[in-house]
Amino acid sequence: MQETSISTANLEQCLKCNLCTLVCPMLAVNEQYPGPKKAGPDGERYRIKDPEYYDYALKFCLNCKRCEVACPSGVKIGDMIQTARIKYGSQSKVRSLHGLRDWTLASTDFVGSMTASPLAPVANGVLKTGVAKAVLHGTLGVDKHRTFPAYSSQKFETWFRKEAQAAQSGFEKSISFYHGCYVNYNYPQLGKDFVKVMNAAGYGVQLLEREKCCGIALMSNGFAGKAAKQGRINLESIRKADGPVLTVSSSCTHMMREEYPEVLGLPNEDVKDNIQLLTRWLYPRLASGEIKLNFRKDFHMKVAYHTACHMQRLGWQQFTIEILRMIPGLELTVLEPYCCGISGTFGFKKENYPYSQAIGELLFSEIRKAQAQAQGGVTTPAEGAGAALSATADGADIPFVVATECETCKWQIEMSTGIPVMNPVSIIAQALEAE
Amino acid sequence: MFIHTSDKEYDVVIIGGGITGAATARDCALRGLKTLLVERGDLCDGASGRNHGLLHSGARYAVTDPEGATECISENRILRRIASSCIDPTGGLFITLPEDSLEYQAKFIQACLDCGIDAEAITPEEALRLEPAVNPALIGAVKVPDASVDPFRLVDANILDAVRHGADVIKFREVTGMLKEDGCVKGVMLGDEAIRAKQVVIAAGIWSAALAEMGGAHISMMPSKGSLLIFGHRLTRMVINRCRKPGNADILVPGDVVSVLGTTSDKVPFEDCEDVKATGDEVNVLLQEGVHLVPALSHTRIIRAYAGVRPLVVADSSASGRNVSRGIVLLDHEKRDGIPGLITITGGKLTTCRLMAEMATDLVCEKLGLEIPCTTAQRKLPGSQERKKDVKDPVHKRAAVGRHGSEADMMDFSGKGADEIICECEQVTRAEIVYAVTNLGVRSISDLRRHTRVGMGTCQGSFCISRVAKVLAEVLGTPEKADELVKDYLQERWKGMTPVLWGDTLREAEYMHKVHRK
Repeated sequence: MQETSISTANLEQCLKCNLCTLVCPMLAVNEQYPGPKKAGPDGERYRIKDPEYYDYALKFCLNCKRCEVACPSGVKIGDMIQTARIKYGSQSKVRSLHGLRDWTLASTDFVGSMTASPLAPVANGVLKTGVAKAVLHGTLGVDKHRTFPAYSSQKFETWFRKEAQAAQSGFEKSISFYHGCYVNYNYPQLGKDFVKVMNAAGYGVQLLEREKCCGIALMSNGFAGKAAKQGRINLESIRKADGPVLTVSSSCTHMMREEYPEVLGLPNEDVKDNIQLLTRWLYPRLASGEIKLNFRKDFHMKVAYHTACHMQRLGWQQFTIEILRMIPGLELTVLEPYCCGISGTFGFKKENYPYSQAIGELLFSEIRKAQAQAQGGVTTPAEGAGAALSATADGADIPFVVATECETCKWQIEMSTGIPVMNPVSIIAQALEAE
Repeated sequence: MFIHTSDKEYDVVIIGGGITGAATARDCALRGLKTLLVERGDLCDGASGRNHGLLHSGARYAVTDPEGATECISENRILRRIASSCIDPTGGLFITLPEDSLEYQAKFIQACLDCGIDAEAITPEEALRLEPAVNPALIGAVKVPDASVDPFRLVDANILDAVRHGADVIKFREVTGMLKEDGCVKGVMLGDEAIRAKQVVIAAGIWSAALAEMGGAHISMMPSKGSLLIFGHRLTRMVINRCRKPGNADILVPGDVVSVLGTTSDKVPFEDCEDVKATGDEVNVLLQEGVHLVPALSHTRIIRAYAGVRPLVVADSSASGRNVSRGIVLLDHEKRDGIPGLITITGGKLTTCRLMAEMATDLVCEKLGLEIPCTTAQRKLPGSQERKKDVKDPVHKRAAVGRHGSEADMMDFSGKGADEIICECEQVTRAEIVYAVTNLGVRSISDLRRHTRVGMGTCQGSFCISRVAKVLAEVLGTPEKADELVKDYLQERWKGMTPVLWGDTLREAEYMHKVHRK
């Protein structure tokens, strides 16, 4: 008579097997955190009974979704915890210094558009100084070990309109690009690389009519209402684009595809499948021969691929890995998919910094191992982000980089290992034959 | 605490550790009587532990049994005051569906008001705003002061109070006969052991008939089986009733973290009362009817099914269980059958347990020639003392307070491992297990479940029961018996899962099997 059980976030499907507990990176380093099972389906039954059972320790959830990947029953544990934080946790207010910090960390568009300007070098310089870090650490609670990602002196959008847009109409086919705030304010080069790859694939690139930060930072800092507002704007633009909208960041993509409907209550069924990472869209077309890319013969790079948490939740890492394998001269190591520990803005907060680093250690040591192997067993001090990537035939001088689709993983890995991290799209762009 | 001295002569021996016996023991002890309660199994083993957990406002009986309804509302108000830790004041909603009649609703409201029950008609829209899960086809709704009550906690609280006022309690010992001298009942036999008492009160639910027979009295009782279903989480905040003549599966009660749907009502032979279970047919009836109340029941996981037996006393020759007296039956066997020293208290409802106890105790006192007023309506039960909530408490501690009220302050969370969560679904810690063993005479995991909710959650113990067994066996001082405890417990859980073995509960059962097979 009853065939299936249906419940919010599949609460009732939980068999209490605790596989999620085993994979939770936070639980392994922080005993204050109850773990995904207790914080998720166990706690949810109590919260439904009485919201008073909400546990403040849910703030430690990284929202990495590893619990959901592990769950054999399809329980949306991470979504359940995020939703509980929004529904029952106190909504953030900008009244306190920590509230102001959370707001600043979360408001990527506002801070980015203020800072990504010709004055950016000044801001970047100031933010890098010990004095600024001490002040941020002591007052706002931004951990002193962290450096804000550098702001660009020219926004990606500005560059695109000035330098690239005109040429895009020359292509027969076109594709939409959701660049996200990191590309726009901090690292326009990644956007430029996206345009280069798509143009090489025979597609012109167009931007969305209007785009906002996906809102992931707002959501996880307690500004769900604001996140939903931005989500609505993005979905409207994506609908207008009426076709694939490609991305370069796994977290923005995961947010727009999965968390818009599950956590923020924004239905996206009609356009969900249009939102794809470039590599997810590209691989089947390369494999079928529909698209051909000409790679350089003299390209040499050793790459350790790190599956970002949200990439793993999307289940798309294999598409990227297969494309990287197609590049001649690229030696690929696929790292064990450990969490880097930063979880967006989480690791920037000084109270979370120790957890962040403790979680990341497993990954960092994997990376160091891969580097040692790549360099013939000799570990040399890495040169840091933006290291010259000139390739030679001599193996010892071949650059070693970590590749991942997540920008916050990039900051974390670069800060913690000193090894440069690149988005796979940039690696593909560098490997392409010059036009 | 759970001891007795057999050379002592009691003023009163009460047979039955259900809610009626527990409340009677409390009343007798509060009035200063030397009191003993004997239970053949664990507390709450019978109908007291196998019901809806509904604190009636009386509304359900207002049309058909105004006297019962009046008793309910009066006791409802008293229990809210004295047993607040056992009660979740959810409120109740009587919904009228298109196939029911609004005329009946009008009659219902009037009948409630006549009995002193606050019944307030609200619009279907308002009802859906309050309870989004109720059948959206409803055409009318009435708010009444129903509530959810935890019968296990209510029994525990009565027993604790009785014991703290000097009562003795013997569990797991069966009364095998009455001690009779010169046609008078002078006590009870526990096998070879005689326990002397001035009065014997039978408060044994459906088993009262057999016990009365031992004393030489005949009570014509009719076992009426009621089956219920437990759904995985709370679907509604309020108790949901159907506004029509009482029928099958027309009450959904939010009990603790689950929802309980019931009941059926079928006559069963006495021999079936020992091991009563819900059948597949009953599960179907419950679901077919239940979805009219709350459509989501058609796709919400059922954790288990269970059944209890109502102790109905036959007042006439009517065949169906619902027409037989559910009112309180107090039998003075001296007057009725010429057997001095024997009293039976039965019938009634969970809601009217205190009143039943008062009536029985009044009669005991009368027989003993004592005039001591009843104070049970004024004195708060253990656990229901004012207690400040601490929002900083971790969830497991708040869950313990939710279950035991102010009694939770007696749990020692300070020792090593004391706050370790042993049962995760229900957030039961080692400290709570130690408390239950020390204060509530727990011997098996099933006992522990009744007193703490261990293993009552979604997994029914699949994941944590070995851990529970280890801790329990340690606390009991018999660490070698842990495996045995697990086996007994799983057998009992299995019984409740069998009638609903599909979907996620089937998956859970498979998982349970894989984890625990040897």
